[in-house]
Amino acid sequence: MSMNERILEKLRSSFPESIESENMFRNDLTAQIRKSDILRVCRFLCDDAELAFDMIIDLVGTDMYRPSARFEIVYNLYSLKNKCYARLKVAVDENEAAVDSVTSVWEGADWHEREAYDMIGVKFTGHPDHRRMYMPEEFEYHPLRKDFPLMGVPDSIPLPRK
Amino acid sequence: MGLASLQQDGFLTTRLDDVINWARKNSLWPMPMGISCCAIEMMATASPRFDISRFGSEVMLFTPRQCDVMIVAGTVTYKMAKVVRKIYDQMPDPKWVISMGACASSGGMFRSYSVVQGIDQFMPVDVYIAGCPPRPENLLNGLIQLQKKVEQDRTIGNLLNRERIFIPENPQQERVPT
Repeated sequence: MSMNERILEKLRSSFPESIESENMFRNDLTAQIRKSDILRVCRFLCDDAELAFDMIIDLVGTDMYRPSARFEIVYNLYSLKNKCYARLKVAVDENEAAVDSVTSVWEGADWHEREAYDMIGVKFTGHPDHRRMYMPEEFEYHPLRKDFPLMGVPDSIPLPRK
Repeated sequence: MGLASLQQDGFLTTRLDDVINWARKNSLWPMPMGISCCAIEMMATASPRFDISRFGSEVMLFTPRQCDVMIVAGTVTYKMAKVVRKIYDQMPDPKWVISMGACASSGGMFRSYSVVQGIDQFMPVDVYIAGCPPRPENLLNGLIQLQKKVEQDRTIGNLLNRERIFIPENPQQERVPT
């Protein structure tokens, strides 16, 4: 049994309701997780002695620009023990753009979540330092949204007086 | 003739502007505002091969209060603009600004929401230098252009008609967020 199948099997037995879909492409596992369960699933993947996903490689937000479940948060996990990757995806609706923060599981997710919040505008509930990563704090927009103009909104960031 | 009278009588007659400008233009101390890759070329300009000290500008201090010319070398983002302006405000008069490279002069290849499309939107600029990044010779050329500009300054006239020192109306507004 391959590692990916083992991960799926353990996930299915522990969270039968949480996995919305799964996809295997060139030995790369991607699992779509229900939004309300993401923190529990992450906690399980990290703490499980056999799987031991003890490292978060990256966490990114994407704007799929579709009517429902507009945003997607992607978690790239790595297990140092098994030398294998896993990818989790969570669909987020624009009207309730908030996901549970996974900083309690991996501290490394801190800045990644701040970046996703800054660029896409998805809030991470339970984040210890929920500020913007790049843009000034008073900036109202989220630049990586598809409907944000490339040159920005005029006068949205004040410049010093000449 | 001037030197002959200096040899003979121990003094020469000239314009006060000329003396002051001569002193100023030959000791333009730069404030190296190195923000990105242009700063590498600026450092090369200070190295022995190009030797900016030939023009009296070898004193590159990171203390704005002892500087005369700010060399803005690199991409200025909106977030950084406040910092650049704050450092510029700390420099004592007289002061000049060299906008080094495409990014500082016009935003360069960063045509995007986060980059100021030219630092002249928030501070005065005396010399623009083209290039991405400009070669050290180009920066030296810019410095020589600035020296020519300083030479023609009406220093005494400006001193007598000096405008009020710039004080921001609301200091809190100008404060850089920590």
